[in-house]
Amino acid sequence: MRTALALSLILGTVVLFLVSLVIGPAEAGPGDSLAALFADHGPLTMVMREIRLPRAILALLIGAGLGLAGAAMQGYLRNPLADPGLIGISGTAALGAVLAIQTGFAGGWALGLPLSALAGALAGVFAILALAGPRGGALALILAGIALSALAGALTSLVLNLSPNPFAANEIVFWMMGSLADRSWRDVMIAAPLILFGALLLLRLGRGLDALTLGEDAAGAMGIDLTRLRLALVIGTAAIIAGATAVAGVIGFVGLVMPHLLRRAVGARPGALLPAAALGGAMMLLAADIATRLILPERDLKLGVLTALVGAPLFLRMIWRFRRDGF
Amino acid sequence: MTLLNLSDLSVTLRVRPVLSHITLDVRPGELIGLIGANGAGKTTLMRAALGLVPFTGRASLAEMTPGERGRHAAWMPQTREIAWPVSVEALVGLGRVPHEGRASADEDRAAVDHALSTLGLEPFRHRTATRLSGGEQARVLLARALAQETPLLMADEPIAGLDPAHQIGTMKSLAALARDGERGVIVSLHDLGLAARYCTRLVVLHQGRIAADGPAGEVLSPALIREVFGIDAFYEDTPRGPVFQPLDILGPGPDS
Repeated sequence: MRTALALSLILGTVVLFLVSLVIGPAEAGPGDSLAALFADHGPLTMVMREIRLPRAILALLIGAGLGLAGAAMQGYLRNPLADPGLIGISGTAALGAVLAIQTGFAGGWALGLPLSALAGALAGVFAILALAGPRGGALALILAGIALSALAGALTSLVLNLSPNPFAANEIVFWMMGSLADRSWRDVMIAAPLILFGALLLLRLGRGLDALTLGEDAAGAMGIDLTRLRLALVIGTAAIIAGATAVAGVIGFVGLVMPHLLRRAVGARPGALLPAAALGGAMMLLAADIATRLILPERDLKLGVLTALVGAPLFLRMIWRFRRDGF
Repeated sequence: MTLLNLSDLSVTLRVRPVLSHITLDVRPGELIGLIGANGAGKTTLMRAALGLVPFTGRASLAEMTPGERGRHAAWMPQTREIAWPVSVEALVGLGRVPHEGRASADEDRAAVDHALSTLGLEPFRHRTATRLSGGEQARVLLARALAQETPLLMADEPIAGLDPAHQIGTMKSLAALARDGERGVIVSLHDLGLAARYCTRLVVLHQGRIAADGPAGEVLSPALIREVFGIDAFYEDTPRGPVFQPLDILGPGPDS
């Protein structure tokens, strides 16, 4: 990654992280807020340490994870329109969460919802690996992902359809929109290990993804083990998506848009794009989460709604440019 | 010393036998032209040699670890794939992937520079590879394989789609590469004239078997040309080197 780009992405992430920490309904100046984080200032310290810090950390981790997973997925599939949700894991994780809400499992036990989402994600990983086969190429993975997404979506709709309880249905709909409001350290403890594990797997794929620029045959002949690469890609992406969806619901467009926005800046090399898209994703989600608190603070604007509202026009612009001059 | 040893290699794709009992040795200094009609098994032969398709028999390259193989043999596939709009320099630099952690940055740079200059691609160094013409892309992809600096180079139709000057230039570069005596090259091609002029040895594939193997003068007999390609051709050793010119299709054509 070019130094200037790396520095500006890191700086942007740090600044947005700090801004995220000093914004909230508790009336306090930025200086006081940050000071309260380190020294005990009574209730403000409580707000900073127990509410804003975990929220900012989650935005950072989830945004970075989604950006990274998107870059890895696009690099592997050699398609700028690929998204980490493409392999269907976000759909199965959401289905797990929806079942937990519907059955009351989520209400009875605080860990019920995230653990059900993780179980859904895990089932999704087994399904995608079984469907795509051990040696199948990129196309098998895409088709298996589409089938799995459709099935998970249909089952989620079925749960909503048959839901006898309007409150549960309401909760499901709101949960599916994705949010970081009122998250705690418990959520960080659930998401962080998964996202960090997934990130570790994906960040090591740079060399293989670079080689894949020349196609699967040429990469294979250059000593890249494509079966292992694909396994690491699926498991790494699934871990990130599972962790993110379990605590924040469904958040789209970060993994789709960020890699594309930064591709030119890294000379289009898929390996160099991985860390850049991670930082860019973190910036995008931190900014979006800040925006949900600034635009309609009293109406609980959902994070996933906002990323889609910002992401979709960016995506359309991408398609426009793609049509005009290919990339 | 051989760079590649294939013995009794057979490939069956689905239920169709594509290659049967191929035995072939490649030694340093050789530029082997792999010729044959469409579907004769040229691509499959090279991919099987690299262990990219399942086969029975023995292929020396397929016995190496993937890393060793990447440092021993470079492969330029026929599908000219460039997925991302990277610079020509970065694309050629991908040939250094198998050497990562073993070669210094200076060695990597020297290999890329040498590959670019060998194929006359210096003016393209900073251009975006995906915006080049098809023929230019083919030369860039061949440069990538050259930058891998392997004892053995295998290229699948590297000169297809190139203009005449670049076809000759590319064949000369490959011949020069083999002539220094340490490396061997295998190319598949359909231009039998260029094959006759530049290859040290021709291997003719016909219906999945080696129909002939030797210097152009011995291999390109009228009988073999008729049998394998179904054409009538003019072939003569002239003072300016061998000249091969296909003239006409024999009978109802090769496909019927």
